[in-house]
Amino acid sequence: MQKLLTPLYLAQMEVLRNKVRFFLISLLIALITLLVLFIAALAEGLGGGNREYISKLDADLLVYKADSDLLIAASRLPRSVMNQVRRVPGVRAVGPIAVSNAAIDTPLETPDADPLRVALLGVEAGLPGAPPIISGSPFSTNRAPEAVVERRVIQRLGIKVGDRISIRTDQGSGDETFEVLVVGLSDGQQYGLAPVVFLPLLTWDRVRSKTGPNSPLNLNLIAVQLEDPNDLAAMKALIPAQVKDVEMAGIREAYEALPGYKEQQSTLDTQRFFTLIIGVLVIGGFFQIQALQKVPQVGMLKAIGAANWMVAVAAIAQIILVTVIGVLLGGAATLLLASTLPPGIPIVFTGQAAVAAIVSLLFIGPIGGAISIRYAARIEPLKALGMSS
Amino acid sequence: MNEGFALSTESLVKSYELDGQKFNAVNSISLAVTAGEFVGLVGPSGSGKTTLLAMLSALLTPTTGKVIIDGTNLSDMSDKQRVEFRRKRVGFTFQANNLIPYLTALENVELMLRLNGELTAAVRTRSRDLLARLGLAARLHNLPSQMSGGQQQRVAIARALIHNPAVVLADEPTASLDTERAHQVVETFAQLIHEHKRAGVIVTHDLRMITYTDRVIQMRDGDVARIYTSRAEIRELAASGPG
Ligand SMILES: Nc1ncnc2c1ncn2[C@@H]1O[C@H](COP(=O)(O)OP(=O)(O)O)[C@@H](O)[C@H]1O
Ligand SMILES: [Mg+2]
Repeated sequence: MQKLLTPLYLAQMEVLRNKVRFFLISLLIALITLLVLFIAALAEGLGGGNREYISKLDADLLVYKADSDLLIAASRLPRSVMNQVRRVPGVRAVGPIAVSNAAIDTPLETPDADPLRVALLGVEAGLPGAPPIISGSPFSTNRAPEAVVERRVIQRLGIKVGDRISIRTDQGSGDETFEVLVVGLSDGQQYGLAPVVFLPLLTWDRVRSKTGPNSPLNLNLIAVQLEDPNDLAAMKALIPAQVKDVEMAGIREAYEALPGYKEQQSTLDTQRFFTLIIGVLVIGGFFQIQALQKVPQVGMLKAIGAANWMVAVAAIAQIILVTVIGVLLGGAATLLLASTLPPGIPIVFTGQAAVAAIVSLLFIGPIGGAISIRYAARIEPLKALGMSS
Repeated sequence: MNEGFALSTESLVKSYELDGQKFNAVNSISLAVTAGEFVGLVGPSGSGKTTLLAMLSALLTPTTGKVIIDGTNLSDMSDKQRVEFRRKRVGFTFQANNLIPYLTALENVELMLRLNGELTAAVRTRSRDLLARLGLAARLHNLPSQMSGGQQQRVAIARALIHNPAVVLADEPTASLDTERAHQVVETFAQLIHEHKRAGVIVTHDLRMITYTDRVIQMRDGDVARIYTSRAEIRELAASGPG
């Protein structure tokens, strides 16, 4: 037992008697951890801001206009298509989604603030596409001057359910404002990095930006719920076969096709990857320099009878210790920093992304130190006598 | 012939190849050391002393011949057994880098016991006593960097003896010490070898140090040039100077 613990004893004593040196390397790992976690949170925040509404849709499939390349802005569907899709066997429910954007005038108390930019979405209460409501109620009718707003709209404007908001849109001849009553509140619904104001479809048609006088109501998407979500692949083929001039996408496919979404995520993934690589190199470099300095003492240890595995275990234990301390420090620093960030910054820590980042960080030590461990295990005990074979 | 000896060799040879030419760094050496005997190994640089020591400690495999310690032929051992043999049956001091820099004097000595899984409260006091015996009672908790070269060598001597090895091998233990310290170190070393009844072999190029040995083997070009056994002969050789 004592023999088995000897390498751990050596690893621990070396760290304890060289606290500053090992603390500095832990600090480096902590900084790398901070960076990786923030990049992950930024990827989550930006990705979420883009995809949130689409990814949370209570639907299995989305219908686009044919050849729209899954670009929502380019997809224009007459309302009648909705009925055609609903009649396809296997479809349980359909709902319209119409997309535009607008500005909301800030209340008079804060006259110098810029108007709040929002995504303006037309949906029908009770149909796929309508958001879940966490307080208040859904629209009373399809043409009522009412809105369901995202939590951020409430926060930023300092309003509450029951207040009125002024929506400002471009009507070709100039901006016009429309007053609507906030009847409901929804949470975690952003689209195109903007919080969403949901309007009843016909209200939306009245309010939306219009470039010319003659611009008929078109939907951008139709959200489809299936009788059996397992039929996804078959239904994806069946709907365009029965309804003319449409193409289909699953939810994931849809948000990955959002403009810039994939590019943004892969840029952030690349940053995260390179940060991890830099971590591996920094730690690898540190332990390799240390291994080089330790050649005489490791040779001596082996000469007096320490087995190779003891030397290797001591090295691994040390690397793991330093890495774990570094990651813990970095995690704590991240928590601290995150709690001081202003709410507008698109940084979102989700358990899953953070765990994935931390797990990958825990590997950078052992991977970086692998060469030095191998090197230490190969040092010849003859070195202690100033010889080599 | 080998009975009763703690350490013996039979026609021990180590050959190397140099520029395509084979030569024997150690050339058919047979020697025997009894428990409690302190043998000096001297000779000019390149005469094969370190090579011989490396074979005696199972760090180097002989080209031909045998090393027998405690009745066991080292050539019959597996690599793993040789590591264990060094840990259990050999005590070492080296010319330099004897100690683990981040362990104190006491911890360095105790490390030998840890490696063998033998560190108990009883042997803990034995480590302290041995270090005290070597004049290091006040240095138990000093790191190597806080000790002189002579003190470090004495810690190494304690480590070489603490686990009751069969043989104790010392490679140039006085190389970095001044004369007075060198005498102190080797004298205590000799006393302990005798008291603890170990077979001791000390390699030194400083002939003055051999006054403390019981027998001197003088090497030249891999061969035994001469063996000095009587006190008078040894004293005369020692007086011939630092070497
Ligand atoms: N690995 C090796 N390869 C080739 N020659 C070696 C090797 N090790 C030692 N020698 C040679 O063997 C001879 C004896 O060396 P060594 O035992 O170190 O002598 P000493 O310790 O007496 O100075 C020297 O000529 C040395 O150059
Ligand atoms: Mg030598």
